[in-house]
Amino acid sequence: MTTYLLRRLLALIPVMFVVVTIVFLLIHLIPGDPVAVILGPEANAQQIEDARRELGLDRPLPEQLLSFYARLLRGDLGRSYFLDRPVTQALLERAEPTLVLMTCALLVAVLIGVPSGIVAGAYHGSWWDRILMSAALLGVCIPGFWLSLNFIYLFSVRLGWLPVAGYASVFQDPVLAARYMVLPAISLGFNQSALIARIARSCMLEILRQDYIRTARAKGLAERSVVYLHAFRNALVPVVTVIGITMAILIGGAVVTEIVFNIPGLGRLIISAILRRDYPVVQGVVLVTAAAYLLINLIVDMVYAFIDPRIRYA
Amino acid sequence: MPESTPRTSGDTPSRSHWARRLLRNPNVAIGASVFLVLLTLAVLAGVLSPYDPKRLYPAQRLKPPSTQNILGTDEFGRDIASLVLHGGRVSLLVGSVTMVLTSVGGVVIGLLAGYNRRLDLVVMRVMDGLMAFPAILLAIALMAVRGPGVWNVIISLSVVYLPRTAMLIRSTVLSVRELDYVLAAQALGRGGFGISFRHILPNCMAPLLVQGTFIFAYAVLAEAILGFLGVGVPPYVASWGNVIASGKNVIREALWVSLFPGIALTLAGLSLNLLGDGLRDALDPRLRVQ
Repeated sequence: MTTYLLRRLLALIPVMFVVVTIVFLLIHLIPGDPVAVILGPEANAQQIEDARRELGLDRPLPEQLLSFYARLLRGDLGRSYFLDRPVTQALLERAEPTLVLMTCALLVAVLIGVPSGIVAGAYHGSWWDRILMSAALLGVCIPGFWLSLNFIYLFSVRLGWLPVAGYASVFQDPVLAARYMVLPAISLGFNQSALIARIARSCMLEILRQDYIRTARAKGLAERSVVYLHAFRNALVPVVTVIGITMAILIGGAVVTEIVFNIPGLGRLIISAILRRDYPVVQGVVLVTAAAYLLINLIVDMVYAFIDPRIRYA
Repeated sequence: MPESTPRTSGDTPSRSHWARRLLRNPNVAIGASVFLVLLTLAVLAGVLSPYDPKRLYPAQRLKPPSTQNILGTDEFGRDIASLVLHGGRVSLLVGSVTMVLTSVGGVVIGLLAGYNRRLDLVVMRVMDGLMAFPAILLAIALMAVRGPGVWNVIISLSVVYLPRTAMLIRSTVLSVRELDYVLAAQALGRGGFGISFRHILPNCMAPLLVQGTFIFAYAVLAEAILGFLGVGVPPYVASWGNVIASGKNVIREALWVSLFPGIALTLAGLSLNLLGDGLRDALDPRLRVQ
């Protein structure tokens, strides 16, 4: 297990290297003079010159890249021009809402997706299967952000059951926080539940054709026990991987959901940073989400290898 | 299902047979029909639109659907039906060009990587790096630096979705190049490029078409998301994402502003997903899920 972990960690180094380089190059993709764009039309020549030196943009590209790596290794993501604080601090302040939203959405996705997929797979070809899979196809295709707007209209504007938008910290007011979180979590989780359901169903179908299932049936076990004791537990193994992929997709989806529901997380941070041309913050959010994505994938692979030892020796 | 018998190597069906077999798949038939309707509506947007989508009619603001404006009007009095029709043009333009760019780029990169070990190592690390970003965030970041605009949306989305196609072509190349008939062509003295185009590329077409259909769907959705976030095509351009974003501000009094472009977006996604699923089943019976 340790060797496997080490091997996976080593494999991450070149990927992280590429990720950091891409994030570094972002600022050089700004058309024209990045400094002039960042400072806006009111800046004079002296200010532009000072900013250029401060950002290190007057030095050759390889040197800039090296100092970018050096800064990152010290945990320094630069300074936000607009918020006037280190980017790392801005990220930490905004991480909580995004993490809470992702966790709740994941819960929704798993709670809807896994049972639907298992039922559809276990009763393959039945009406349940058809209805659930049609719903899943629709769930994959309905744009999450538009679904959110319809939810807001129905549950907040028309029925008045839930607040339209906003955020409260779970640590300060759990009840209010839950009321705010219901709609965002459902709209973000719904799309992913469809994906999970589809995969859980095909895993279930795959497993129900295995020899040991035939044996279980042949020895006279009730269909219920075959499905829930023998097949279900084994179908969960690939589903763990899908949950990992889901987490990774949720990072992107959370950005959009935060905008719809006015949640002060990383998504709103990056969008407002774009409008203010606060590029260090843009770079910081993108870098941190990519790192989180890689980390989640690593953890999922570890869990997978733990559950299914065959993976470790492949 | 007799129509789905896998083709054997000696059997060369005629073109009409091939097309008919595709259309017999209900997913392909439904997906293709809905998509063709949307495509026609978008192409004929200039003729079909009852009003100029850019013209503002302040006196007509936020009118619910009526005989005058069948889908209602937005906060500037623009006709929603005209906006949705013209928005379809942007969506389908972004989707189709992104599909073409990722396919061409993916084939070039995939073939090169599949044939050159040293290049493979470098190129695939770059692709891994690009895939490490959540897709929509990388697109947002690229739009942040390049600024709003239809072409910037297309380029950003092509960069984001290119690695998937490149990886797919590479793995197809790696599996096909060891097959007997390719080895035979090699033994007969054919060059690397001749083999690539004559023997390997045709094997990549089916997965490429399926992948391209899904990329089309992703790109249409991503374009709408970027527009909704205000970092896609400029706000004065009618696009589904932009109209849904303006509908968000008036959701209390006028649901129809965001409702109709969203339905169009869902239909586009649904038709392309059905088409992609159907093409996968019809073109590659090995991938069929029972």
